[in-house]
Amino acid sequence: MAAIASDHGHGHRHDEALHHQFEDIEQQNDSYIVGMWTFLVTEVMFFGALFLIYTLYRSMYQMDFFLAHEALNVQMGMINTFVLLFSSFTVAMSVRYAQLQKKWGVLSMLAITQVCAGAFMVVKYFEYQEKFGHHLYPGPGFGSHPEYLHGATPNFAQLYFGLYFGMTGLHGLHVVIGMIVIGYLMAKWWRNSPMVTKDYIPTELVGLYWHFVDLVWIFLFPLMYLMPKP
Amino acid sequence: MSAIPADPNVTAVSATPRTETNYLNADWSIKSWLLTGDHKRIGILYLVTVSFFFFLGSIAAGLIRYELTAPAGFILESETYNKVFSAHGIIMVFLFLIVAIPAILGNFLLPLMIGARDMAFPRLNLLSWYLFMIGGACIMGGMINGGVDSGWTFYVPYSSMYANSNVTMVLTGIFIAGFSSITTGINFIVTTHKMRAPGMTWFRLPLMVWALYATGVVIILGTPVVAVTLLCIIFERVFHLPIFSAELGGDPVLFQHLFWFYSHPAVYIMILPAFGVQSELIANFARKRVFGYHLIAFSTLAIAGLGFLVWGHHMFISSESMYQGVVFSLISFLVAIPSAIKVFNWTATLYKGNIRLQTPMIYALGFIGLFTIGGLTGLFLGCLGTDVHLTNTYFIVAHFHYVMVGGAVTAFLGGLHYWWPKMTGRLYPESIAKWNAVLVFIGFNLTFFPQFIVGFMGMPRRYHYYYFAPEFQPYHIMSTLGSTVLALSFIIPGLYLTRSLTKGAKASANPWGAHGLEWETSSPPPTSNFLQIPVVLDEVYDFDPVTEHEQDKAAQALEVPSYLSNEAKSIESEKEKR
Repeated sequence: MAAIASDHGHGHRHDEALHHQFEDIEQQNDSYIVGMWTFLVTEVMFFGALFLIYTLYRSMYQMDFFLAHEALNVQMGMINTFVLLFSSFTVAMSVRYAQLQKKWGVLSMLAITQVCAGAFMVVKYFEYQEKFGHHLYPGPGFGSHPEYLHGATPNFAQLYFGLYFGMTGLHGLHVVIGMIVIGYLMAKWWRNSPMVTKDYIPTELVGLYWHFVDLVWIFLFPLMYLMPKP
Repeated sequence: MSAIPADPNVTAVSATPRTETNYLNADWSIKSWLLTGDHKRIGILYLVTVSFFFFLGSIAAGLIRYELTAPAGFILESETYNKVFSAHGIIMVFLFLIVAIPAILGNFLLPLMIGARDMAFPRLNLLSWYLFMIGGACIMGGMINGGVDSGWTFYVPYSSMYANSNVTMVLTGIFIAGFSSITTGINFIVTTHKMRAPGMTWFRLPLMVWALYATGVVIILGTPVVAVTLLCIIFERVFHLPIFSAELGGDPVLFQHLFWFYSHPAVYIMILPAFGVQSELIANFARKRVFGYHLIAFSTLAIAGLGFLVWGHHMFISSESMYQGVVFSLISFLVAIPSAIKVFNWTATLYKGNIRLQTPMIYALGFIGLFTIGGLTGLFLGCLGTDVHLTNTYFIVAHFHYVMVGGAVTAFLGGLHYWWPKMTGRLYPESIAKWNAVLVFIGFNLTFFPQFIVGFMGMPRRYHYYYFAPEFQPYHIMSTLGSTVLALSFIIPGLYLTRSLTKGAKASANPWGAHGLEWETSSPPPTSNFLQIPVVLDEVYDFDPVTEHEQDKAAQALEVPSYLSNEAKSIESEKEKR
């Protein structure tokens, strides 16, 4: 192959935010963004399979899924939806502050996001506790208090709650991972790490992940909580 | 620069001893290996561990073969046999085939081939190796702890209601190993998109890079689906969350759909990188521009795309509707088109080429034959009518071994020999390696061709006896004999390649006279791959027929192969000056 050694390239190598494998900051940022979106594609496929299972079972057992879903607490789900939507707004604000390189703006916005995420998990805890109390967790004791099944066939209701706990549980796990990642990002900002202060892209990537976590909930909420009568 | 070596087994030697630091001798400490971000070192880490898993999987294969030499079974109980073939399948698929070419050769070569200093995300790359090791440890832990008997496919309810408890541990291992695969895939995609050297346009890329890119796409679209599917079984076993439980109205066949949605494309995760290796070998040892570069590149993407639409052909007999079967059958036939394009293009590349029968080329030629047989018998199985007769017989076992072993393993060995001088800086003994390549071909055919016949006669897969049909025994004996030869032919390279690490002659930067950016840096390359990032001016397979012819004549005059001669070197360097 015809090739000559390039004489350009290392001009920006003293940039503090630049990793050794990249030639310049644009290449690094482009790579980060493509990498993050590729990762989000894998996440879409990950949840996509679960949504497929849900769609199939709901179409098979429409009436039972509708009756079983009446056991869910729509108010709590609604509160959580607004909490997450608001946290998406604060994350977007933190990205804006990162672009403007305003450290305290970023930190305060991310702190509010953390509070929202924590609030979401607390509400989730009370929701789960209620379902456990009503014997709606799949397994041997499922449906031992039939009044909470609202007339659904116990077996099919068990499928519904299997999906409910599986999907919202995995989503909750993503929220917890998001809290850890945001905490790590906040620590970087706190210590004035050039990786984040000189380059807003890492903050944006965390924001993208957080928006994705919200988006999953935006699909989960109506599918699980807001079913029309078939 | 180079001298004609006295030992004919040695392809070339560098006259001047190299003293410069390279990625291997930059730092000898164990810590520097375990915490490395260098894609070359990670490739070597993968090579060592994947070889170990291949060894374990081969032992399981050996046990299966010895068991089957007698119609009434031989050494294993029924339950043990189930665990042994499950172990063979799980180790070979998840810990060898999916990882072998992408993670070893792909990791090592991708940045070198596109003229980059490293993968886009070196730490993610290292994480992928650790995830692989943790996953491998979980799988091995489950096997040592009593094993699983569900087969590598983990069909429910074999893996949920009616399985022993180790399924959970093994599935956790596969789940973790899946994330190792995903991180590798993300790295391939981003690196190919964003790390190419100046002038390295998409259609100047080596076909190996196209193959790795397509593999990355398949990995990121498929692996998460199987991950969540296997997670559902873990949920069912550990947390009692029913997802596929038939007794509650769940659909066990849905598991098969989701499993094959990944596991059919996974076949292409195994074979696409093998196609990439194959294109490199054929072009460089036929000394000719690869025929139909664009078609090979596009057929790679076509296979990656169509691969996601054919999973139903694994399920023709599992309650799939006939119309569904017809559609899946039809799309399965379509996959044959891009596959055939590749085979025809490689063959056309050989035509009037200046073929050099070095070890990698022998593997590459073997690949064409074996893959063609494997691919064509795939059409028998993709056809509804014949599949009903052939499904779950040794015919299908032979078919996928022709593609997986005859294809992927042969290409892996060919690629390993081809890039061995680049990876280690040493040459392997050429004449033993040549004879061994022939031995692989003979051993392989002896093992698996009789299985086509015995499968067609009705020998079911996953049975450990056939006292109902003792006439199958000669075929099984032939197969076992072949597997012994095959085992020998895998041990021999292990020995001479290991020996060459210390005893082998030092390799020059480009011992094959091959084309490609990886050959323009020293062997082994420095840690940063290139002292200066190259600028690419032409496509990779720019073999000049006239030069090749002159080189050949010059070599004939000297009565040594052209790639050894000084004349050849000077012509080569003159050409590069132009």
